Amino acid sequence: MTLSDMLIGCAVMFAVTYICKALGLLFVKKQIKNTFVQSFLYYLPYSVLAVMVFPAILFSTTYIWSGIAGTLIALILAYFRRGLLVVSLASIATVFLVEQIIALL
Amino acid sequence: MRFSRGLKDGLPISLGYIPVAFAYAIRAIDEGFPPWFPVLVSATNFTGTGQFLGTDLIAAGASLAVLLATMLIINIRYLLMSISLAQKLGGKTPLWQRIVLSFGVTDENFAVAVRQPQKLTFSYLIGVMSCSFCGWLGGTALGAACSSLLSAVLTGETGALYYEIIMSAFNISLYAMFVAIIIPPSREDFHVLLLVVSSVALSCVFYFVPLLQNLPDGLDIIICSVVCTVIVALIFPHVPEEFRDTPQTENDSPAAHSQNDGKGEIQ
Repeated sequence: MTLSDMLIGCAVMFAVTYICKALGLLFVKKQIKNTFVQSFLYYLPYSVLAVMVFPAILFSTTYIWSGIAGTLIALILAYFRRGLLVVSLASIATVFLVEQIIALL
Repeated sequence: MRFSRGLKDGLPISLGYIPVAFAYAIRAIDEGFPPWFPVLVSATNFTGTGQFLGTDLIAAGASLAVLLATMLIINIRYLLMSISLAQKLGGKTPLWQRIVLSFGVTDENFAVAVRQPQKLTFSYLIGVMSCSFCGWLGGTALGAACSSLLSAVLTGETGALYYEIIMSAFNISLYAMFVAIIIPPSREDFHVLLLVVSSVALSCVFYFVPLLQNLPDGLDIIICSVVCTVIVALIFPHVPEEFRDTPQTENDSPAAHSQNDGKGEIQ
């Protein structure tokens, strides 16, 4: 990797990301009245996040068992409406503990 | 909707970002980038998954065309969030404010913003976004600084093992945060639950069926989410609160009236 590879890569990432983020805010100024489009926009983020998380979360760690344990803790805490930080730190801690146990076995 | 209220709502996101951004920096340096690189990317991109993926691709020496296409696919969801935010912002917000706010569109900022029952203001959003951006950038800088420290301290066989465990544990943080975003609304709205369950099911099909595994990263996300969302939106139309009776919602929120530092912010 040369310096210019990194800088050009970063510039491409920035350009694409910003354009995607800005198009709607800059150009869609009228209220959308269509019920289907409104429903679509309301539901979409939940679906995108769900697809991104599952099943990838299970394989995000070194061992599947620590992934499963971390996922379960996240699901349980989120079900009881804990905040982003609590859920995130608790599952990091769970993976850390489970992998230490696996390393000992 | 004041700036201070935005800061307060942005704080949990900011704190949630720290471990994720920390993990991002450690991973980038692990891949051979100098410490300033992840900080630069975090400062200019401000997006979780896109940064992880883009940085991996640069490290792997992928062509600019592949990088561009992948970033487009992974980030196209922001277009929809951006449209959705534009709807909640109202048409009178000045252009420069829209240009600034565009930078701060992230999954979490969006999730917090759309949860607000009333129309959004520039100062509220800038509060949420600046707060979470500090966490994102700060977490990345912290990770970059600690990475050299970690690899210096964790030497030898046991050290390497611990290093690997720490890396592995941080990898789950982004996903765990998303779980915290989607589960509570699924408890409250049966249609959202149905959507989440069907999305997960379709996602698993794409993940495990050999033929579909060959799709480029990011494309599967678009296909699964668009298909599931279209079906659910057709069967269970949902008109969000703020579209039903805008003047009524405004009367219910005295905070919207106390805001006075921008012409376009009060409808």
